[in-house]
Amino acid sequence: DQVLHIVPETLHQVQHLQHLCSTLQLDLWKPLLPEDIRAGEDLQIRIPAPLVREVKDSLDQCTISYKVLIPDVQELVDQSMPRERSSHSQVPEGYIYTQYHPMEEIYQWMTQIQKSNKELVTQHYLGKTVENRPMYYLQISQPSDKTKKIIWMDCGIHAREWISPAFCQWFVKEILQNYRSDPKISRLLQNLDLYVLPVLNIDGYIYSWEKERLWRKNRSPYMNGTCYGTDLNRNFNSSWGSIGVSYNCSSEIFCGSGPESEPETRAVAQLIERKKSDILCYLTIHSYGQYILIPYGSTTTPPSNSEELMHVAEKAAAALTGKYGTSYEVGSTSSILYSNSGSSRDWAHMIGIPFPYTFELRDKGTHGFVLPPDQIQPTCEETM
Amino acid sequence: DIDDLGHKYHLELVLEDVLDKDSTVNCTAEVLYHLGNKNIAPDVQFTIEGELKNTDEADNIFYSRIKSLEKELVAENIPDSHGNVPPEMEPIHLLAWVASGYVIWQNSTENTKLQLGQIKHVKQMKRSDEYLEFDYLILLHDMVSQEIIPWHMTVLWHPQRGVQVTQ
Repeated sequence: DQVLHIVPETLHQVQHLQHLCSTLQLDLWKPLLPEDIRAGEDLQIRIPAPLVREVKDSLDQCTISYKVLIPDVQELVDQSMPRERSSHSQVPEGYIYTQYHPMEEIYQWMTQIQKSNKELVTQHYLGKTVENRPMYYLQISQPSDKTKKIIWMDCGIHAREWISPAFCQWFVKEILQNYRSDPKISRLLQNLDLYVLPVLNIDGYIYSWEKERLWRKNRSPYMNGTCYGTDLNRNFNSSWGSIGVSYNCSSEIFCGSGPESEPETRAVAQLIERKKSDILCYLTIHSYGQYILIPYGSTTTPPSNSEELMHVAEKAAAALTGKYGTSYEVGSTSSILYSNSGSSRDWAHMIGIPFPYTFELRDKGTHGFVLPPDQIQPTCEETM
Repeated sequence: DIDDLGHKYHLELVLEDVLDKDSTVNCTAEVLYHLGNKNIAPDVQFTIEGELKNTDEADNIFYSRIKSLEKELVAENIPDSHGNVPPEMEPIHLLAWVASGYVIWQNSTENTKLQLGQIKHVKQMKRSDEYLEFDYLILLHDMVSQEIIPWHMTVLWHPQRGVQVTQ
């Protein structure tokens, strides 16, 4: 489709143009109606592609001069509004990783990612949330005859930490876009399988979009529906209920009615328990604070492999800082942050997963949970 | 440092200008958290090495803009859910930040770590004198308990006379 700019000079030309508009049902952009076409005044009109030749011939015949204002309307539309389109590329074209996405779009994105990357990605059902929504994780696995160790990463256990699910999506995109060209990623996939859960606390995430941006917990009703939400990261079976929690539903750190009382917790725990002998590394992504945290939160007694855990974490923090200078603190939760029990990371270590880490992404409080979208890219790049 | 009156901390820190990351100034401070009575704000003494940037021009532009508004300013959700602040609201945001710093100081103990989370609502109040007055409802976030604490504060400001906060 093209848009033409015409300035009719005579009444005869005006009449001709009015005739053209009505018989061909052309889309007048300026003026609004054919009866408002005047000699000496600007005319802008959109011509559907199949009629372009015919209209131009007709204008030439009447010696009406014209200028092509927009040579391709569709191109302009596409540029201004990225379309979600499945094609031969590995990631959905037009999915904007530098924007925050609501859950509906993340569900669609997962389906799309699997469809466009069938040789590597499978979507797996994990369980159901309190409000009956399906939980899915993506398995990124290069076909091979040897069983590979697993790296598990979950995001969005706390609803308000929007940068976390944004990072999981970014991570998947980066791996899939670069596994053929980047030797590090390609070697990673030769030896390891990646399991990524983009949003663990789906109900809470949706609630933070629709009702209360700073909501943290899940949406489990308590006290006859007068109080909502368990802190899923206090609900795991790791010294549950002992320290750094509240037994009161109205608290942000309410640990639930018992360890694994919440369906979301159970769904994750059951899978990890089943696969624990193959899981090398358990990563759980939060914000904010800029920390890489090792076990434990429930006690200051260090884990058996704390030296190795610290060593790896320190290297990670250094690599992260190398990108944009963002400084991350490394240490155990109980020593550098606060005491807490029932965290997923502590539980992962207690059941035998050697390398569990909690990441607290940007920032340090300036924007806190409400990190502006222009920080999504640098945060994800440095964390990658 | 530990005293009989409470816990005293000696700090050496670097202040960084939020609007100009390269502009930094060294600072030393002493903070005393009082033993027992948690209702008293910690004592703070500090010295700054050098001078803070002069902001008269920006202050006066903002002041004139608000003074010339036909209707009192009203706004909500700064930043919005996605973290965006419209440019014309940036000074309102900064003012809230400064004022919340005072509120946080007055309400801090050794067991809190408070940050400004979001401005829920701000309303300009009419005044007959030269001060600007803003009524804020802010959300504070405490890192330790993870709680979100709504807080009502009234903020007075004048370019030459500075900020005053009533909680």
